[in-house]
Amino acid sequence: MNPTDATLIELRDAIAEKKVSAVEITRTYLDRIEKHNGALNVYHEVYADRALDRAGQVDLGEVTGALAGVPIAIKDLLCTDYGHTTCSSKMLANFQAPYTATAVRKLEDAGAVILGKTNMDEFAMGSSTENSACGTTLNPWDTSRVPGGSSGGSAAAMAAGLCAASIGTDTGGSIRQPAALCGVVGMKPTYGRISRYGLVAFASSLDQVGPFTRTVADTALLLKIMMGQDALDSTSASVPVPEDVDRVDETPKGFRIGIAKQYMSDANDPAVAAATQQAIQVYKDHGATIVEVDLPHTEYGIPVYYIVATAEASSNLARYDGVHYGHRTDKPGDLIDLYCRSRAEGFGDEVKRRIMLGTYALSSGYYDAYYNRALKVRRLISNDFDTAFESCDAILCPTTTGPAFKIGEMSDDPLSMYLNDVYTVNCNLAGNVGITLPAGTTKVDGRDLPIGVQLLGPAFDEARLLRIARVFEAATDHHRARPPV
Amino acid sequence: MPTAPADIKTTLIVGMEIHVELSTRSKMWTSAPNVAHSDYFDAEPNTLLDPVVIGMPGVLPVINEQAVEMAVRVGLALGCEIARTTKWDRKSYYYPDLPKNYQISQYDQPICGEGALDIPADDNGEASGGGEMRTIRITRAHLEEDAGKLMHEAPGGAPIDHSIVDLNRAGTPLLEIVTEPDFRSPDEAVTFGQMLRNICRHLGVTEGDMQRGHMRFEPNINVHIEKDGETFKTPIVEIKNLNSFKAVHGAITHEYQRQIDEWRDTGKVMGARSKSTRGWDDNKGITTPQREKEDEDEYRYFPDPDLVTVAIDDDWLSRIKQTVTELPDAKRSRYVDEYGLSPVDAGTLLDDPGLTRFYEDTIAVAADPKRAAAMLLNYGSKLANERGQGVHELGITPDQVKTIADLSSADKIGSTAAADLFALCCDSDDPAEALAEKHGLLQVSDTGALEGFVDQVLADAKNAKAIEDIRGGKDKAVGALMGQIMKLSKGQANPKLVTQMIVGKVRG
Repeated sequence: MNPTDATLIELRDAIAEKKVSAVEITRTYLDRIEKHNGALNVYHEVYADRALDRAGQVDLGEVTGALAGVPIAIKDLLCTDYGHTTCSSKMLANFQAPYTATAVRKLEDAGAVILGKTNMDEFAMGSSTENSACGTTLNPWDTSRVPGGSSGGSAAAMAAGLCAASIGTDTGGSIRQPAALCGVVGMKPTYGRISRYGLVAFASSLDQVGPFTRTVADTALLLKIMMGQDALDSTSASVPVPEDVDRVDETPKGFRIGIAKQYMSDANDPAVAAATQQAIQVYKDHGATIVEVDLPHTEYGIPVYYIVATAEASSNLARYDGVHYGHRTDKPGDLIDLYCRSRAEGFGDEVKRRIMLGTYALSSGYYDAYYNRALKVRRLISNDFDTAFESCDAILCPTTTGPAFKIGEMSDDPLSMYLNDVYTVNCNLAGNVGITLPAGTTKVDGRDLPIGVQLLGPAFDEARLLRIARVFEAATDHHRARPPV
Repeated sequence: MPTAPADIKTTLIVGMEIHVELSTRSKMWTSAPNVAHSDYFDAEPNTLLDPVVIGMPGVLPVINEQAVEMAVRVGLALGCEIARTTKWDRKSYYYPDLPKNYQISQYDQPICGEGALDIPADDNGEASGGGEMRTIRITRAHLEEDAGKLMHEAPGGAPIDHSIVDLNRAGTPLLEIVTEPDFRSPDEAVTFGQMLRNICRHLGVTEGDMQRGHMRFEPNINVHIEKDGETFKTPIVEIKNLNSFKAVHGAITHEYQRQIDEWRDTGKVMGARSKSTRGWDDNKGITTPQREKEDEDEYRYFPDPDLVTVAIDDDWLSRIKQTVTELPDAKRSRYVDEYGLSPVDAGTLLDDPGLTRFYEDTIAVAADPKRAAAMLLNYGSKLANERGQGVHELGITPDQVKTIADLSSADKIGSTAAADLFALCCDSDDPAEALAEKHGLLQVSDTGALEGFVDQVLADAKNAKAIEDIRGGKDKAVGALMGQIMKLSKGQANPKLVTQMIVGKVRG
């Protein structure tokens, strides 16, 4: 077994059966991080000593659980009571939380070894991990290209074998888009499934924690551990987590796959279109009924998202003002000057752009025209899905319109950048489940670049969606493809 | 209230916003202790904090159900419509005492809707006490979180070149009660404020300590001026943060005259954006201009996505209803009409909810209401004053009070001894009667024992003159003998019996 190429479950079992020690595994990953992190800029902070200590405790039997000894990376907006939590922002460059995010705590309670925190777009605002105070993360498949974002560091770490699994957050596609561009499995569970406590908020009604893994089974295991109601998060759902959510090999009988014309756009790269068609064929061959569904309000997703998300962000980020903690400007003239200069210096351009958009959308006289109307359309989009899921179990569609783009290609064109989320945002707006699976590669400029296909499912039905996803994975070898790292 | 000159006729129009700090044990959105709870009144600055209070990244608010229940209780007492679902909104403004730079409040779905409170008043607006009532309409009451405190001088008043923030108060549950502009005089506003304070304290939702800012009043004031058949409405002024009834009265009184004067000077009347905010200078007794009130729209209200709506179902509501006890006004009537207390005594018993509860507990063990009241208000108040405690905190039990009252009714104890016994009961859990016996406080009513003392005194030659006077019908002369008998009996003789005996023996 090559530890940095194994699945999370394989590693876990090997450690449990004492075929390999947790310390050995952790050290192997730390060495690999040491070797490649400089080039890829995946991790902000690596907790080498802490990780080795934890691994040692696993080997001594002092730490046990379903993830005992498994090395995991987390996005740098999940707070831990050790190290820094910076959100890739100058604003929080020195921030140390005195608490640990519930999702991370659950992983650690199950014995996981946290390797470190990964790079991201500042405050999760972006689709390329270029908007980071810590520099751009490079795509392991082609280092002239972006890994996607905002959880680009977590996706790239997974693809490059710098962790056995990683955790990100998905507000409008921030797990699924980078997972697709880096060729790994990425899932956004139902809104409310995983506690947001300790997740530094971008857009509270959309943010959701989720995993990056090599396989569907690994994702299912991590979900089983992280999901569940949390008294510290009022919006976490009381819906019980099914015991068998990780039994992904139980193929649903006579399931139906929905195809929506709104996702089969001419704008899709031919390789994306072909991968999606191939996926349809795989499902046909494995007993699924293919049905057409209609999602008539799809096109409003991006504008609705950029109103709702920015409005919430403008409020969530108001606390970073240089008064109580975070970056503070030198020698402010007065209170207003302290606010203005601390925020001007602490935030990057994209964050400022979104704060301004959101502030405007909530302002006097504009609230009804923007925010309130956006909420109404959000409900229509959600209704579209509800109707569609009456006639199918999952909707199959591309995750992105194309493979990873060049670094700098869209940095001066925010609107094009925003369109990266076109196939992912509506799932967040509706609060549903979405998963992206590796679906092959396409050659661009002599390099293989991964393509993803996405499955969307109804809220709280993670178990079924994972089983449907597993059908595709079991029938293909795409998840075995590795970047040239 | 000042009277307006004869050439114009004026009507004072006042509505009020009242902020009540609820006395829950923990804060509105987290388990950190609440500074408005009596256990934490004197906490050191910035010690009642946790990551939620100071708005650290990634932490989330979780609602305090007790605060919701308290708000509903007040709403029920004020006859408000109680919302079946209520939601939370963010009100945005930047200020260093507001850690998140937004306040979690309620915008369009407050917990309590329309209600009303009747206050005693008469037609010309002066509070009358003449039995006539005026209805003050309640617009709404909503829950929100209080902000911290920003200070520009060091504790103790020393000057500093920066500002300091104490966030102990941040996140304290705050009930904001809004009235319609139904007050026509400063007295009415004060009467209402006092009644509201009593209600809230009796409901146990606030300690109601005005000096600690547990209740803060913000009157909105303007004047309708009629001149030559035309009505002019002066621009509305909101006075911020009044925390005494004296200030409420003073600010409204001053503002009434000031607005009339200003209208005479400028002719300015109400219009778009004409509303302004003023503060109250307690020393000078005047209102002073403050920053112009921000327009409501600039607060960028929107539903807080970190919180879910709260449903108040029938079950919950009926459970809360059971906790809404008899309100102070109803109690007052009962005390006066049924127990025969004077209105003043009834008022004193109702001033302190702790004392009220203790009094009612005493009545509940079948003590005579009038005697029990007298004891609490005489012996109790004196001791409470000496010891710096509330009467209900002295340590005496309702049973002990009842026993002293009974002994007193049965003439088994004199008034001085009763006061001594009351004091002894405050420091002992023994039954009052046992304490009285132990300390020899019971009166001797055994005629055999008393007869010995009486005979001894009557036989004393120096008393011949007094005996003669008694025989001649001068009852007062008994007093001269009584002192000697008391001395012989060590103060325990029952004076009534002794008098009867002396008169009987002397007059045959």
